[in-house]
Amino acid sequence: MDEMFKPSRRAFLRGGAAIAAGSVAGSVAAQSADPLITELQDWASYTGAGVDETPYGLPIHFESDVIRRNVEWLTASPISSINFTPIHALDGTITPQGCAFERHHSGAIELSKGDYRLMINGLVDQPLVFTYDDLQRFPRENHVYFCECAANTGMEWAGAQLNGVQFTHGMIHNMEYTGVPLRLLLQEAGLDAAGDFADKWVYVEGADASSNGRSIPMEKALDDVLVAFKANGEALRMEHGYPVRLVVPGWEGNMWVKWLRRVEVTDAAVESREETSKYTDVYENGVARKWTWVMDAKSVITSPSPQMPIKHGQGPLIISGLAWSGHGQITRVDVSKDGGITWDTARLGKQGDTKALTRFYLDTDWDGAPMLLQSRAMDETGYVQPTKEQLREKRGENSVYHNNCIQTWYVNAEGIAENVEVS
Amino acid sequence: MSKSLSSIYLPVFGGIALVSSLAVAVANRGYGDSQINTLKTRLSQVETHEGVARALADENAARVAELETQLQEVQANISAAPAGIGVSEQAPAHDGKLGVGREALPAEIAAWDVDVLPDGRGLPEGSGDVFTGEEVFADKCASCHGDFAEGVDNWPVLAGGFDTLADKDPVKTVGSYWPHLSTVWDYVNRSMPFGEAGTLSADETYAVVAYILYSNDLVDDEFELTQDNFAAFEMYNKDGFVIDDRPDLEYAEWSVEPCMENCKDSVEITMRATFLDVTPEEGGESVMNDATTSDTPTFTAASTSAADTETPAVSVDGTASTAGIDPELVAAGKKVYKKCKACHAVGEGATNKVGPQLNALIGREFGAVDGFSYSSVFKAAHDEGRVWDEVTLDEFLAKPKAYMKGTKMSFAGLKKEQDRAAITAYLKSIGE
Ligand code: HEC
Ligand code: HEC
Repeated sequence: MDEMFKPSRRAFLRGGAAIAAGSVAGSVAAQSADPLITELQDWASYTGAGVDETPYGLPIHFESDVIRRNVEWLTASPISSINFTPIHALDGTITPQGCAFERHHSGAIELSKGDYRLMINGLVDQPLVFTYDDLQRFPRENHVYFCECAANTGMEWAGAQLNGVQFTHGMIHNMEYTGVPLRLLLQEAGLDAAGDFADKWVYVEGADASSNGRSIPMEKALDDVLVAFKANGEALRMEHGYPVRLVVPGWEGNMWVKWLRRVEVTDAAVESREETSKYTDVYENGVARKWTWVMDAKSVITSPSPQMPIKHGQGPLIISGLAWSGHGQITRVDVSKDGGITWDTARLGKQGDTKALTRFYLDTDWDGAPMLLQSRAMDETGYVQPTKEQLREKRGENSVYHNNCIQTWYVNAEGIAENVEVS
Repeated sequence: MSKSLSSIYLPVFGGIALVSSLAVAVANRGYGDSQINTLKTRLSQVETHEGVARALADENAARVAELETQLQEVQANISAAPAGIGVSEQAPAHDGKLGVGREALPAEIAAWDVDVLPDGRGLPEGSGDVFTGEEVFADKCASCHGDFAEGVDNWPVLAGGFDTLADKDPVKTVGSYWPHLSTVWDYVNRSMPFGEAGTLSADETYAVVAYILYSNDLVDDEFELTQDNFAAFEMYNKDGFVIDDRPDLEYAEWSVEPCMENCKDSVEITMRATFLDVTPEEGGESVMNDATTSDTPTFTAASTSAADTETPAVSVDGTASTAGIDPELVAAGKKVYKKCKACHAVGEGATNKVGPQLNALIGREFGAVDGFSYSSVFKAAHDEGRVWDEVTLDEFLAKPKAYMKGTKMSFAGLKKEQDRAAITAYLKSIGE
């Protein structure tokens, strides 16, 4: 499945890097005229594809390796499984829907807008049923948010395991959602019956066979939760819950129930399978934390990284990565090239959006020496992304979920990067 | 309104642009400073021109008053808008209701609202004992979870693992980990069996939950679970959970200005992803197919670089062996068949399940089983008269979705050639 990791390809990359590394930094005099410039090329002479050749466009075939990938041995069946966003190959912050990671518990279902129903029941004044068209009549909002699976980086607790940022950090995507605040739908059903909101919950449930359901405290439900039907301007993809999914900003991806069919106001958490057996964090002493909903601040360098070796040799180098926090805005990202001895503050591509991916760059010069690359995010609360050591000290190695440690890539003199742990 | 304004002011100031921008500003409730300034300018213009437009003085005075009101409105709206010009990220709150949507009927609520709370609320009437549960489990669950809920292959283990939660690799099962019995009932009722969710009767669910408790040694074989004794049942790990305490234990400690220079004396690589042999049992196509063995440099506060050594990539590609048909292979195939069992039946009296029965498959036409509703790609293959042989079966099972585009067989395929050879041998050993 993975060309990138086959020895032959690696050898090729290494060869290329070695040649490039041999040349001096800066521009190099051409030995002979470049035929791509001096000769008439087909594309400059013949005509290209007409309009409508692809009524709905896909990336050009040169980009065919920029796709979601899974790690088969992680799960028993692809129907209840996960794959990973190719974040190594993306830039900016928005994740195109077509390569945004998928996580299903009973497979992605085909549910049409016409067959879609959303029920609000439980402790409400009037239980209601909405159709898709009904939802279009409520005032709507647009927000960019990241959605990160709580298990992102989960395979790395006990040690460096997977060689590629797509696999260590790719259970994340970032889209602009259009949707109706859940608050408005709850108000439409009336919340007098709920009484005091302090000990109230909403239980949200999907229409697929897994019937995935999660309990969300009323306070959050009335705050920024969206019932979304568009992502990045177009309909949600089937694999992301078409036609309607829940968006729970800053909180773990499992709560973003897809194919949302029911919202029930309750006076207790349901303690469903997904909030007891799964998505609870076992610590060293065997006790588990539950209701760990917020995704803490985290960052990772996406390039260079194992799937993105440095091919150009020494000289100008862009170190680029992503940072995010479920607590709000990213305010600063620092980058280290020596495994955490010295740090430089990176440039944020733009002011971070709240609970959304922020792109950072360190525009630097590479002297060709090996590097231990790390990034460290800070958010608006002042929280600083911890090292793996700090996390393990608090939680041990058995947590599975919520691993937001600082990641290290070892980049050798040839520009090849590897997932490592450092002292 | 914009129309009447322009008809009045057009002759007076003769500026289409002026009046229309005013009208647009007012009509759009454009809440920016520039608009206010424009309005202010217009107002003063209106005032200074009052003399000139003597014939229209009365009307002008009225218009001035009107514009002043508009201005106040615009200003009021500015303080209400959070940022920018005419921007409101938040959907407006409204008193009362839109009247959109319809009442949910009791029958509809009953159909969908089936979740069960820890105190047992939501349970339907019913009961089931261990003995019945064992039968249901063998029939509907064991193909994936094992006869004793011990889990087949990678499928979830449902029993055992007691007192392992503090171990290096905790075994989290219904018995060792789950804090509430309600969760077992609720999950099995709504989400299992995998691929046929929602088909168990209430009594079957009670019975199978009783059996899972039994296979965890939490009840004896006489046990019967009912709606009445449910809430009193205490799970083994009921006290094993604390509510998120990261704010107390972590956030304060980690929210300090971080070190920027000389943060450590030296740094060494302690572990490399490529050292770990986690090559998957199934498939072998992991991302870790490189193993490197060379030394790596130490980074120190003084010198941040060191000579690097060549890191040769070692392929761990295994070469698959193609074996002939033999009893051992048939036996191996029987094991592989566990992956198919949830959906396909074989043997005497085999009936169609999620997929068609697979008796005497080799030599049989594609999509030929009576009474099974095939997808159109299978129907088309049937119409073409295609027949299953060793080659077609091997290709199909390697990548079902690629080989039969549009098939409704939700199965990723058998990556290992040995597995495909084995299952083929096994299916060949099965007659009509
Ligand atoms: C075709 C295979 C298959 C069959 C048959 C099946 N299951 Fe499952 N079971 C699964 C899978 C896969 C999961 C995990 C699903 C997920 O994580 O989304 C699972 C999860 C479970 C869990 C939760 C395990 C945990 O630790 O969280 C329970 C309990 C369970 N099954 C009970 C049953 C019962 C009872 C039956 C029979 C009525 C049954 N299953 C039939 C495949 C199966
Ligand atoms: C999750 C359910 C499921 C699993 C698991 C599964 N299948 Fe299937 N299989 C189906 C369905 C459904 C069809 C019908 C395909 C269609 O109509 O497109 C099918 C069709 C087939 C056919 C074609 C039969 C015919 O009459 O043309 C063969 C052969 C087959 N499966 C073999 C296997 C084998 C071997 C395995 C295990 C290695 C397996 N299947 C696993 C669901 C499954």
